[in-house]
Amino acid sequence: MSEASLNYAQTWKKPHFIKSSLLRYLIYVGTVTYFFLAIYTMDVNWTRVAEGIPRGADMISKFFPPDLSDSRGVILDGILESIWMAVISTIGGVLLSIPIGLGAARNLAPTWVYLFCRSIIAVSRTFPEVILAIFAVKFFGFGPFAGFIALAIGTIGFWAKLLAEDIENMSKSQAEAVRATGATWLQWINYAIQPQVLPRMIGLSLYRLDINFRESAVVGIVGAGGIGAHLLTSVQRYEYATTATILFSIIAIVITLEYSSGYLRKWVQ
Amino acid sequence: MPTIETTQGPLWRRRTPLKQWLIWGGWLVGLCIAVYAWQLISEKTIWMFVWDAPRQMSDIGERMIPPDWSYMPKLWRPVWDTLNIATIGTAIAMCLAVPIAFLAAHNTTPHKSVRAVMLFIIVATRSVNSLIWALLLVVIVGPGVLAGTIAIGIRSIGGCAKLIYESIEEIDPKQVEAIKATGGSRAQQMVYGILPQVLPTIAGVGVFRWDINVRGSTILGIVGAGGIGIQLSASINVLAWTQVTTILIVILGTVFLSEYISAKVRGAII
Amino acid sequence: MLRLENLSKRYKTGDLALNNVTLEIPDGQLVALIGPSGAGKSTLIRCVNRLVDATTGTIHLGEREINGLSNRDLRRARRRMGMIFQEYALVERLTVMENVLSGRLGYVNFWQSLFRKYPKENVREAYRLLDRVDLMHMVDKRADELSGGQRQRVGICRALIQDPELLLVDEPTASLDPKTSRQIMRLIRELCEERGLAAIINIHDVALAQMFSERVVGLKLGEIVYDGTPGGLTPEVLTEIYGEEDWEKTIEKVEDDDDVLDEGEMA
Repeated sequence: MSEASLNYAQTWKKPHFIKSSLLRYLIYVGTVTYFFLAIYTMDVNWTRVAEGIPRGADMISKFFPPDLSDSRGVILDGILESIWMAVISTIGGVLLSIPIGLGAARNLAPTWVYLFCRSIIAVSRTFPEVILAIFAVKFFGFGPFAGFIALAIGTIGFWAKLLAEDIENMSKSQAEAVRATGATWLQWINYAIQPQVLPRMIGLSLYRLDINFRESAVVGIVGAGGIGAHLLTSVQRYEYATTATILFSIIAIVITLEYSSGYLRKWVQ
Repeated sequence: MPTIETTQGPLWRRRTPLKQWLIWGGWLVGLCIAVYAWQLISEKTIWMFVWDAPRQMSDIGERMIPPDWSYMPKLWRPVWDTLNIATIGTAIAMCLAVPIAFLAAHNTTPHKSVRAVMLFIIVATRSVNSLIWALLLVVIVGPGVLAGTIAIGIRSIGGCAKLIYESIEEIDPKQVEAIKATGGSRAQQMVYGILPQVLPTIAGVGVFRWDINVRGSTILGIVGAGGIGIQLSASINVLAWTQVTTILIVILGTVFLSEYISAKVRGAII
Repeated sequence: MLRLENLSKRYKTGDLALNNVTLEIPDGQLVALIGPSGAGKSTLIRCVNRLVDATTGTIHLGEREINGLSNRDLRRARRRMGMIFQEYALVERLTVMENVLSGRLGYVNFWQSLFRKYPKENVREAYRLLDRVDLMHMVDKRADELSGGQRQRVGICRALIQDPELLLVDEPTASLDPKTSRQIMRLIRELCEERGLAAIINIHDVALAQMFSERVVGLKLGEIVYDGTPGGLTPEVLTEIYGEEDWEKTIEKVEDDDDVLDEGEMA
C-alpha cells in the first residue's frame, strides 16, 4: 500500500469465457455457417405453407368446442388403455430394471456382467419408444401388448441407468460400515444400498410413469395400442373436434399425474 | 424409529403400527392396480401372436443380417435433416423458453396471473409428444422438415422452460439483495444478481434438450415430418429388412454422437 | 448524519422486532450494535436502507427523510449507504472486479451496467480499493474461488466504491475465523477513519465491539438498553443486555490481546 500507487488502470474488460481467441472465433464462425447452411437446405414449400395457414386456422377453430360425444365409447376406451398401458409398463419396467441396474453398477458387478447390462441399457436407451413399438408390433402383433413391451424396454433404459449411476455415486463409508458387520450380500443390498437410492428411485419411477403415459399416447400411431390410433384417424378424417378431445384429455391427465406425483413424492420423502 | 413401552421395558419397532399397515396397504393397492392393468392388456392381446413372437423374431432377425451398406449414401441427407430439425427446433424453443421461464418463476414474475398462464403453456406443450405436434403440423404446413422443426420447437418450449424456471426459483436471494442494497434497479438486480446464477443452467438445459431432440427427431418422418424417419417407415413398409438394419445403425451412431457432444459441452460449462 | 426517531417494526407474524428506537449518529462516528440473537440488530440495519420497511417512525439520512421515498429516489438514497453482509453476498459467478464495480450500479444506467462499460474514474477507484485491501492479484478471479476473508474484503470494496456517507455492516465477522475477524474489523475501522465515514456495525462478538468502536449501542428485545463508550461495558451492563454469564473473562481477554493485534498478514 505505497503512495506511488497513483497510476491505476482506467479501463477493464471482463475476460472471455473461452480463453483462446482462436477457438472462440472458430466457434462463432462455425455456428453462423452451420445455421446458414441448415436453414438454406431446409426444403420449404412456401406456397404450401401459405395455403396451409388458413387450413390450420380452420383446424384450430374446429378444436373449440371439443367433441365430447364419443358415440361408441371408443375414445374413453383408448385413453384408459393408454393409462393402464403406462402403469403396467412402468411397474414391469422397474421390476426388470432392478437386476439390470444392479448389474450395471461398476462397484457391484463383475466386469462381464457389468458390460452385458450396460449394453442392454445402451440399446434400450438409444431408440425412441416408437421405434421399439414398431418392432414390438411386428413380433407380438397389434395391440397394447406390443406397447407394453416397447415402453417396458424404454423404462429399463431409463431407470436401470439412473439406478446404476446412483449406486456408483453412493457413499462408500456407509456401504463399508454395513459390510464390516459381516452381512450377507443380500443384507448388504437391503441395508446399505437400498436406503441410499430408494427415495430418488421412487421419485424417478413417478417421473417415468409420466413419460410412459405420454409415450403410450403416441405408440398407437404405429399400432401398439392406446389412444394414438384414434388420434391418427381423427386427423386423417378431418374430425378435428375429436382430435381436440383427445388432446385436451392427454393434457389434463398429464397435469393430474404431475400434481399427484409431486404430492406422493413429498409424502415419501 | 418408534419405541413402545411395554411391561417388560421398552420395545423397538421399525415403524409405528399405523405406518406399517399403511405400507402394507400401499403394496396391496399397488398389486391390485398391477393385476387389473395386466388383465386389461391381456384381454386385448392375441396371445397366439405373442407365443409366435420368438419365431417371428428369429425370422426377421435373419432377414436383417447383413446390413445393406449400399443404402448408406441415401441416408446422409436424411441424417442432416434430422440433425437440423433437432438443432433449429431446440434453438427456437430456447429463445422462447427463457423469457417464459422468467415470467413463470415466482421470484421474477410480474404478476400471479402471468405466472399461471406461463405455467399452463409449459404444461400444455410438455404433455403432448412431438410426434403428435408433427402430425398436426403436417396438415398445416405440409410434409417436410419445417413441420418437424416446429413440432420439436413446440414440445421443447415446455421441456426447457420447466427446468429453467425451477432453477430460477432456486437462486440464492442474498446475492440479489446485495445488488439491491447498492441502489441497483430491478433490471440491474436481474442482470447482476439473477442471471449469473442461472446462465450455466440455461446453457446446460439447451444442450441436454438438444440431445433428447436428436433422438426424437428420428421418428418424425413416420408422419411425414422429415428426417430419417421417412426412410425407416418406407423400408419397413416394403419389408426391406437389410435396409432397416442400416438405418438403425445410422440412428445408433447419430444418437451416440449427440450424447457424446452433449456430455462434453455440459462438462465444459459447469 | 443518521437520525432514527421512534422506529418500530412489527412483522406479520406479530413479532415486535423494534420498539420505539431513537438513535442519532453524527458524521464519522463508528457505532457498534450489540445484543443477543433476536434483539432486532439485523432488522434495525435493514430498516435504514429499507430492505425492510419499518412499521412506524422516521429515518433521516443527512437532511433527507427516507421513509416515503419513491423507487427512484430510494435508489439514490441507497447508493449513499454502503452495506456489508454477514455472508459476503457476493455474486458468486461474477469476477471480483465485477462484484466491486456492481457497487456503482446506483450511478450507471442499465445499458452501461449490462455491457460493463463503467466510467474511467470508477475503474480506477476499483483498482485503488482492491490494492488497498491487498487483492490486486485476484481481480479476474471468480468470487467463489476466494476464501472467506478475501470475499469479505471484496464486499468492503463494493460498499466503498459507492462513495457512501454511511456504512451499514451486518455481522461482518460471523463466518470468519478469529484472526481474520480482527483483520476485517481493523480494516473497516481504518477505512472509516480515512474517509470520515459514519458506520453502524452489527456485531455479536463483544470483545471485537469494544476493541474497534468508539460508541456501543446495546439492543435487547427491540429496545436500546445501553448507549455509551466501550469502556462503560461493565459486567453488570452486559448481564442486562445478554443475561447471566461470567462476563469478567470476556473483558479481561481484550486487554491481553492488545499486544497481539499489530501483527499478522491479511488472510
